[in-house]
Amino acid sequence: MKTLDRKLWRDLWHMKGQVFAITLVIMSGVATFVMFITTMDSLEYTRTKFYRDYNFADAFVHLRRAPESLIEKIKDIEGVRQAETRVVAQVKLDISGFNEPVNARIISIPDGDKPLLNGIYIRRGSLPDPTKDNEVVISENFAHAHNLNIGDQFAAIISGKWKKMKICGIALSPEFVLMMKPEAMSPDFKRYGVLWMNRKALSEAYDMDGAFNSVVLTLQPQARLSDVLRAIDNVVGKYGGFGAYGRKDQISHRLLSEEFKQLKTSSKIFPSIFIFVSAFLLNVVMSRTINTQREQIAALKAFGYGNYDVGVHYAKLVVLIIAAGLASGIACGIWFGHILGDIYMAVYRFPYLVYILKPWVIIAAVFVSVFSALAGTMHTLWRAAKQPPAEAMRPEPPAQFKVSLLEKIGLGRKITQPSKIIMRNIERKPIRTLLSIIGISLACGTMIASGFFKDAVDYMIKVQFVLSQKEDMSVSFFDLTSRRALYELQQIDGVQYVETYRIVPVKFINGHRSYKTVIKGMEPDSRLQFLLDTNLKKVTLPSSGLMLTDHLAKLLHVRPGDKLTIEVLEGSRATREVTVVALVKQYLGVTGYMDLSSLNRLMNTGDSVSGAYLVTDKNKQGKLFLDFIKTPRVSGTVVRANEITNFYEIQAKGMLFFTFIATLMACFISFGVVYNNARIAFSERSRELSSLRVLGYTRGEISYILLGELALITFIAIPVGFALGYWLCAYLAYALASDLFRVPLIISSKTFSMAALVVLVSASVSGLIVRHKLDHLDLVEVLKTRE
Amino acid sequence: MTKKKTRTEDAAKIVFHVEDLTKTYQMGEVQVHALRGANMELYEGEMVILLGPSGSGKSTLLNILGGLDTATSGLVVYRDKNLTKANEQELTEYRRFHVGFVFQFYNLISSLTARENVAVVTEISKNPMSPDDALELVGLTERMDHFPAQLSGGEQQRVAIARAISKNPQVLLCDEPTGALDSETGIVVLEALERINRELGTATAIITHNVDIAGMADRVIHLSNGVISEVSINKTKKSPGELHW
Repeated sequence: MKTLDRKLWRDLWHMKGQVFAITLVIMSGVATFVMFITTMDSLEYTRTKFYRDYNFADAFVHLRRAPESLIEKIKDIEGVRQAETRVVAQVKLDISGFNEPVNARIISIPDGDKPLLNGIYIRRGSLPDPTKDNEVVISENFAHAHNLNIGDQFAAIISGKWKKMKICGIALSPEFVLMMKPEAMSPDFKRYGVLWMNRKALSEAYDMDGAFNSVVLTLQPQARLSDVLRAIDNVVGKYGGFGAYGRKDQISHRLLSEEFKQLKTSSKIFPSIFIFVSAFLLNVVMSRTINTQREQIAALKAFGYGNYDVGVHYAKLVVLIIAAGLASGIACGIWFGHILGDIYMAVYRFPYLVYILKPWVIIAAVFVSVFSALAGTMHTLWRAAKQPPAEAMRPEPPAQFKVSLLEKIGLGRKITQPSKIIMRNIERKPIRTLLSIIGISLACGTMIASGFFKDAVDYMIKVQFVLSQKEDMSVSFFDLTSRRALYELQQIDGVQYVETYRIVPVKFINGHRSYKTVIKGMEPDSRLQFLLDTNLKKVTLPSSGLMLTDHLAKLLHVRPGDKLTIEVLEGSRATREVTVVALVKQYLGVTGYMDLSSLNRLMNTGDSVSGAYLVTDKNKQGKLFLDFIKTPRVSGTVVRANEITNFYEIQAKGMLFFTFIATLMACFISFGVVYNNARIAFSERSRELSSLRVLGYTRGEISYILLGELALITFIAIPVGFALGYWLCAYLAYALASDLFRVPLIISSKTFSMAALVVLVSASVSGLIVRHKLDHLDLVEVLKTRE
Repeated sequence: MTKKKTRTEDAAKIVFHVEDLTKTYQMGEVQVHALRGANMELYEGEMVILLGPSGSGKSTLLNILGGLDTATSGLVVYRDKNLTKANEQELTEYRRFHVGFVFQFYNLISSLTARENVAVVTEISKNPMSPDDALELVGLTERMDHFPAQLSGGEQQRVAIARAISKNPQVLLCDEPTGALDSETGIVVLEALERINRELGTATAIITHNVDIAGMADRVIHLSNGVISEVSINKTKKSPGELHW
């Protein structure tokens, strides 16, 4: 080993405190970067692979009933590559030990064979035996939620008839990666499942012998989706087709795409913030660290080392310092990526998660870190190296100082000399002070941006599930029902109050823009359901005309007063025109709202409802569930409290994990920055402070000079960090808006306090460490030499 | 000469009493014996030069006298205070109220003006002179509001002297005060020290390896190899202006 290299290792050891802090900063930046990007890459790759391997369909159509022979006509449509008919039944399940109505969708599969399209991945067990009519394969998250196993039995109510079912397999399908009841706000694996059954058995139970009610298709590569969809609608129209749609409108795919879109946005923003912040800090920290080596550089040059040798030597030092951070950052990033991937896997049902670590992610992390560190180093190094060695070795001339601005305006007269030292130091190097403030405030802002997500989710939940909804549960009916059902429900023991609603699945069309969603018909002056805008003001539903969520209006490019075409996706499949009368700004969902009677008039369906909201006697809820299981008309119930739990446990879990990691990493960055700042200030000032010690200043008094300056910088940095954090959150809220939800720009005081607290604790701990060093200043040594 | 003798006889006039002082440093695996049993005394109002080559132990001695370092064994008594037994807090207090320091590299606070550099000490002292008076004593009245960067080396050292004496210390300890200066400027600094000693009667100990400076002292204490090898008394003190090197 060359002597210079030996010096390298010793210097490293000597700087271990700083090296550790720098390592924390890089590790945090790189780990967050790697975690986000690899998780996103992995999920996307996995989805693509799963879709491809299991032949996920390109187009879908549901209809009332059509003879099997119709399939030939569908296959003949230009652009169709493969088509497969199915029987799909909405059923209610009765699962022993779980006394609430459970909904399920049963999908037929060819007898004893896997389906051609939307294949199923059998995790355990096998396909149903074609000779038996009661065997079913069930979806994996449903099996998990109820702890169901191969061989277990439960009952299904198909077309009003009870049928015992036996589980023969547990499976996953690209069609149900993310499962959600159409009317629900969040997935509920306990109350909604998917079952696969042999075609013959299901047809018999569902009266679909020789017929089908669902077709899935793949298209030729060059086919135009809209043309094919139109052709399909023409073919199935008279069989009660509900409108063919492409993947884009398939519910699992759509939810997944929306979530991926958000994830992708956050996986662009968060890593960028983190890697930028850590690069910035690295640059500042390295430049200050190298500055403390000024005399060593001169000495090396005096021995005859050239600028190049010195440059290489320090470049090595820098690379070594950041190597540990990079290595641990990449390792942690991969580890976090796996955890995050697993969390998402609990929501998105893929049979496997292929962890993808693209080389460019590592290269980018290494490049950004090394580049920013070297940039900070080389600049300082060049400044030090261009001085003649003799000059650099001579004791540094006293730095230039001026009377500070505060003193000039007369504020300085009464203050003590130590306070003057603080003020003048801060003013003399405004850039350094500014960089320190920016560094700490960036760390503080990053903390706020990380904590913001939880605040936003909490707030959305509060607005959506607490303030806007007051019912205990809602029930939905299989078919459109007369509003008289209201009176029947009111008669049930345990029901205290009832209001009805109607949901009409529609496609909103404005020119070439269209969006599939629902119109919700609400009772005027509802006591259970409120429309709140983002200011939490109650919005009155107009007695006629359509009200849209502002996000939907934006998607469709309509404004109040505009006419909108509605294609009804049920019953008569009529097309109507309606005027948009108002917009409501909401965080969740993309829905149209109408007055119930007005909606019924528009639909020409008399006084119909599709479900009801109930206020119930808490003690009788169990009994009510049993009643509803037995009521053929009721397809399912949604308990509001469950929706809240589900939202947190399923939908928000991944997001909350990554914000937790981001917050943790931001804490590390915070500490790394503050500590380094303190540590370097100590190196730069120790000589001056020891002189004061020799002159009779106590440890406390000299600590005041150094720590007072750090405290002042920290106190200035915190509000700046708040502003920075708010700005970051505003950007995140803007960038993350999706059809699923718009992120409200709500930052709780807890998040602000937490960020401030972390910075303050970091500062205090750093302060204590520096104080310890100040207490052990070698007064004799420091007076002898200039280092 | 006679005057000095009376001093020696009067124990109450002793500022420092040093007895069998040893100091051993552990430098890695090697033990360095910086002091091997030094004995000396410093009297009120006198000017002593500690002379010796580098490694002779003179800086170590001064550091221990100044309360910057502790002895390995032996006794250092300042007035009636045993410094060898003092704890950190007592040493700080001792430095704060009793000793003035002048360093080779001045060690001024670069962010404070000359006046403020003195005030930094007077603010924490019990019975200080005003910074203006202290600077006047070293002839820097005109340059009181200048920052260190605006002062020459000699001027900076005079500020350091003003700072050291402003607390009205009993003793002034100077570590190579002219070491970083050319001879002409060095003489100006020595003149300031001589004036302080003469006018205020502050006992002054100056470390140097420069034999020529020894002429201005009352007594010259020679150190070599960690012991005091010789104490010589100047029959006639030279004024700094008469020194050359």
